[in-house]
Amino acid sequence: MEDPILEVRNLVKDYPGQRALAGISLSVPRGSFFSLLGPSGCGKTTTLRLVAGFEQATSGDVLLKGEVVNDRKPYERKVSTVFQNYALFPHLTARANIEFGLKRQGATDFQSRVEGVLKLVGLAAKEARKPAQLSGGERQRVALARSLVLEPDVLLLDEPLAALDPKLRKQMRVELKAIQRRAGITFLLVTHDQEEALSMSDQLAVMNEGRIEQLGTPEEVYFQPRTRFVAGFLGAVNWIGNVGVRPEATRIARSPENHGARSTPARVTDSVFLGDCFQVLVRLASGEEAVAQVHRNFANFLPGDAVHICWNPADEILVP
Amino acid sequence: MKLRFWFLLPARLWMTVLLVAPLGIVLAYSLLTRGVYGGVERPWTIEAYQRLIDPIYLTILLRSFAMALAATGLCLVFAFPAALFISRATKRKNLYLQLVMLPFWTSFLVRTYAWLFLLRDTGLINTVLQKVGIIHDPLQLLYNDGAVLLGLVYGYLPFMVLPIYATLERLDPALIEAAADLGARPLATLFRVIVPLSQPGIVAGSVLVFIPCLGAYLTPDLLGGGRTVLVGNLVQNQFTNARDWPFGSAVSVLLMLLVTLLVWGLLRRESEPLA
Repeated sequence: MEDPILEVRNLVKDYPGQRALAGISLSVPRGSFFSLLGPSGCGKTTTLRLVAGFEQATSGDVLLKGEVVNDRKPYERKVSTVFQNYALFPHLTARANIEFGLKRQGATDFQSRVEGVLKLVGLAAKEARKPAQLSGGERQRVALARSLVLEPDVLLLDEPLAALDPKLRKQMRVELKAIQRRAGITFLLVTHDQEEALSMSDQLAVMNEGRIEQLGTPEEVYFQPRTRFVAGFLGAVNWIGNVGVRPEATRIARSPENHGARSTPARVTDSVFLGDCFQVLVRLASGEEAVAQVHRNFANFLPGDAVHICWNPADEILVP
Repeated sequence: MKLRFWFLLPARLWMTVLLVAPLGIVLAYSLLTRGVYGGVERPWTIEAYQRLIDPIYLTILLRSFAMALAATGLCLVFAFPAALFISRATKRKNLYLQLVMLPFWTSFLVRTYAWLFLLRDTGLINTVLQKVGIIHDPLQLLYNDGAVLLGLVYGYLPFMVLPIYATLERLDPALIEAAADLGARPLATLFRVIVPLSQPGIVAGSVLVFIPCLGAYLTPDLLGGGRTVLVGNLVQNQFTNARDWPFGSAVSVLLMLLVTLLVWGLLRRESEPLA
């Protein structure tokens, strides 16, 4: 990981009676898309706020381009934040919101830069509107443009898609990633949505209780989770003894499969129609529950049926 | 519909009996002839309004506007930082608000008299300054425009603090963070974000201060010593010493008209959608 644009070293943040960050370290390569993923209260937003400079760390360092910036105010750091609720200035038009940062920098070429970023986020037609006259998705684009136009070293995104409706959220995921590639700016995203983190990130850190549980590429953390927490947070897992198998890798059969597959007897407890597949719930002899996704053509299982659940050893998730 | 009628009835009666009717009386009086021993007599006339054209009265009116404007401006200068401080305080917020409202626990008259005791020749300020030896003869702190302005600012400051505080309290703290994040230093954040967004509070506070200051008669009377004649004193004088009720009424009607126009204009501008 040469040339990290952002580094965080042993960052600790204490609030009265509560430790929000228990010493995290990470390194974000220039031009990459990095996500902090975790449940609420895991410290991901605190990390973002410390990088932005809104709060002071109890101990540890934040480095931008190799320089310690712990004591710099937010307006002295070349990072920019897209806030969860966008925090657009309600008294300014979309364009004036985007110009706000450029004017503070005293940029002279801001006309052309604003035009460029308006085009990049696809907002040119709405530039004269005030935030209240924009839809949620458009507001999000303004917030993004307002930060992007400053060409920050790192763009910080705090749950940027959480306020959008689910359909738009999926569309914006793709768009956000495309914008990041086109602009060539380093993104640090905070999210509790594992699909969001998996689909957009080059690298992600799964956080829990103020610590990083695992850091790696989406494939690594999904297929080789190091803890049960990581495995479970990134998607459903059937725990069969000490072995985890994801529902999409779990099959159900009337009798044990051959060809090197592993299997264990189970009894069907329920079968739920999901459109493209059935979700079949079973209870193992050990009392543990498991879920399998079964194609609708092979889903003639009824509650009470004695079956076997089968999986390939290659799909096993092994955690310490 | 029925319920609505009965619920609004008390307010309607109150406004009709105590506001609309007296206003009608004032308007009627302004169009009648002055009685010999006060009061009004027939015939109907617009003589009182014709007398208003006299430059003396125009001067008084202008002076009153200037005084009210200065008081409003000073209140704004003192109130805004205070309101900002209270809204951003994490502890003791309620204590600070109580302190702002503390003067209301005593009558306005009593508080204005207190200023007399502070400012007069043998008052606290002059006595202390003389004892310390900074001055030899007492300073003329009372009975001038400065004393009136001081009294007005003192008296109406809370009316400016509270509405501004209310808008600042509702201001999303993320907006202030966003401004800093986009490179705005604290002063730029103040003037580009905080002040524009607290405009509704500033307008409300200014109206609440400006109108009573414009019609004030107690403060100019006590602290101005009758030397500073403002429009409020003019009206009062017509009803008491001068015994010219029609003219006093005409001045009142004119004042109300001007204030109504001013506030209407301000509020119309204000009600333009911010967003």
